[in-house]
Amino acid sequence: MIAFLVRRVLLVVPTLFVIGSLTFFLVRLAPGGPFQSEKDVPKAALEQMQRAYGLDRPLGEQYVRFLSHAAVGDFGPSYKYPQRQVRDIIAEGFAVSAELGGWALLLAVLIGVPLGVVAAVKQNRFADHAAMAFALAGVSIPNFVLGPALVLVFSLGLYWLPPALWTGPSSRVLPVLTLAAAYVAYIARLTRAGMLEVLGADFVRTARAKGLAERTVVVRHALRLGVLPVVSYLGPAAARILMGSIVVEQIFAIPGLGRQLVNAAFSRDYTLVLGIVLFYASFLLVLNLVVDVLYTRLDPRVELS
Amino acid sequence: MSVGLNPPASVLAEEAAGPPRSLWSDAWRRLRRNRAATLAGAFLLVMCAIAAVAPWLPFVQDPAAQDLALGAVGPSWAHWFGTDDLGRDLFARVLFGGRISMLVGVVGTLVSLVVGVSWGAIAGYFGGRVDEAMMRVVDVLYSLPYLFLVILLLVFFERSLVMLFVALGLVQWLTMARIVRGQVLSLKSRTFVEAARALGASDGAIIVRHLVPNTLGPVIVYTTLTVPAVILQEAFLSFLGLGVQPPGASWGTLVSDGARVLAIFPWLVLFPGLALSLTLLAFNFLGDGLRDALDPQGRRDGN
Repeated sequence: MIAFLVRRVLLVVPTLFVIGSLTFFLVRLAPGGPFQSEKDVPKAALEQMQRAYGLDRPLGEQYVRFLSHAAVGDFGPSYKYPQRQVRDIIAEGFAVSAELGGWALLLAVLIGVPLGVVAAVKQNRFADHAAMAFALAGVSIPNFVLGPALVLVFSLGLYWLPPALWTGPSSRVLPVLTLAAAYVAYIARLTRAGMLEVLGADFVRTARAKGLAERTVVVRHALRLGVLPVVSYLGPAAARILMGSIVVEQIFAIPGLGRQLVNAAFSRDYTLVLGIVLFYASFLLVLNLVVDVLYTRLDPRVELS
Repeated sequence: MSVGLNPPASVLAEEAAGPPRSLWSDAWRRLRRNRAATLAGAFLLVMCAIAAVAPWLPFVQDPAAQDLALGAVGPSWAHWFGTDDLGRDLFARVLFGGRISMLVGVVGTLVSLVVGVSWGAIAGYFGGRVDEAMMRVVDVLYSLPYLFLVILLLVFFERSLVMLFVALGLVQWLTMARIVRGQVLSLKSRTFVEAARALGASDGAIIVRHLVPNTLGPVIVYTTLTVPAVILQEAFLSFLGLGVQPPGASWGTLVSDGARVLAIFPWLVLFPGLALSLTLLAFNFLGDGLRDALDPQGRRDGN
């Protein structure tokens, strides 16, 4: 276990190094620069700005400086907002994205698991087919179609909820629903599959033979094991939901990490781009590690190697 | 998800009970019994056919023809899906957008198919250190924040369809490589491979003639599920303004344009969104049906 952890942590470092270097050179190779604008910037001013950010140094030196600073989480000030540190901007954006993703994931579990259980218990009957058709629709409708559709009905049609921004509790509803839909669908499918496998097992038959109510058999006995695939799915889902929120943040103008990345890329705010990519990569890697360790806790049959 | 976990052997075992039938005719029979999958397949065929011949259909107008005096109007007999703010016929634009979306989906999938199958087959067949090295590459690539890099690539460099194909294909081949490798690992110790080797077949011939054809079942299933994934990703990138560039239009760009004027011209989101969603739904239904048909073991497990 300890050896496994050490090996995995040691693997994280070179992976981050590769990602960081890749992004660094991608950014430097790209035509156009952060200080290019429609207006003609005086040459002296341009040179002064480049000097201030160390862009007049040789590429190799810039690279080494970037790596040594990035290693301690320091990405310097943003190009676009020079008075602000990249670190602070990321912290702000991540707090918003994490809240959005957290609510969405919670909602997905609260709806998806019961849906999957009902489908499995009523296998091949109407409720099953309806639940699974609903789930497939949830997977198939892209969130950038669902989002505008929800806005159309609930904001512009019924005037119940605000159509954008991230200001009060009511502004949370539509983005969270939009982001959660695909995960509801997938969790429902996973739960159904897991439950079907468990419902045929011997210990469930024993529980029934004891004369337990069907409800108790399903909820107390079968669900515990049947929901395992969902638990293991939550790790990757948590990582991916941050990705999915790029579009949702765009639709609802939410100041999260995804929107920051897209804006930073378009305005060629290189320090911010590098910071976000590296931050997200570390988040992904740590989460994967946590999930792998959790697997063994949940399912002793899995061995760490 | 049990895509590709079960070798076709399970299919063969089930068949042994009845009169001899080929794997494919058996799968075809099972697929036809699945009404949702058949319907989805038929829908996709019709959709593809109409999109393919759209430029020559008499009732499809010129998608680029503007009518500024008309502007944006809702659905009517003259314009079935309405028009956009430049007076362009939305029905025609959705059909032509579908051509681009489907093309991207199919080509992107082909890229991932070729790369993934060769990578997986080679890794699985040679095993040992080759396998170790090749699959380690896959593992590392899996852990990259891919979409972020694709976004950067498309923001910083010239956006073209070719770039889009490369970016999308690169994201998708990893799972295919894993599936094919797993299949090849379990197949390569079978006697028919040994027989081929005894007959003097080269490594390349064994992979191409004997191993890859036997992985077709899971590969077909996964390919069917990759097409909608690529279409979705293209739409996602187009929604961010990074995919297909104007004057070209895919379903993603149409939805993106429509979303901007949602409050006044809602039909501009509605119809392209519907076309995109229905197509993705049909692909997913068909993929599910194919999995059940080609992999009955998986169906019994309820996956």
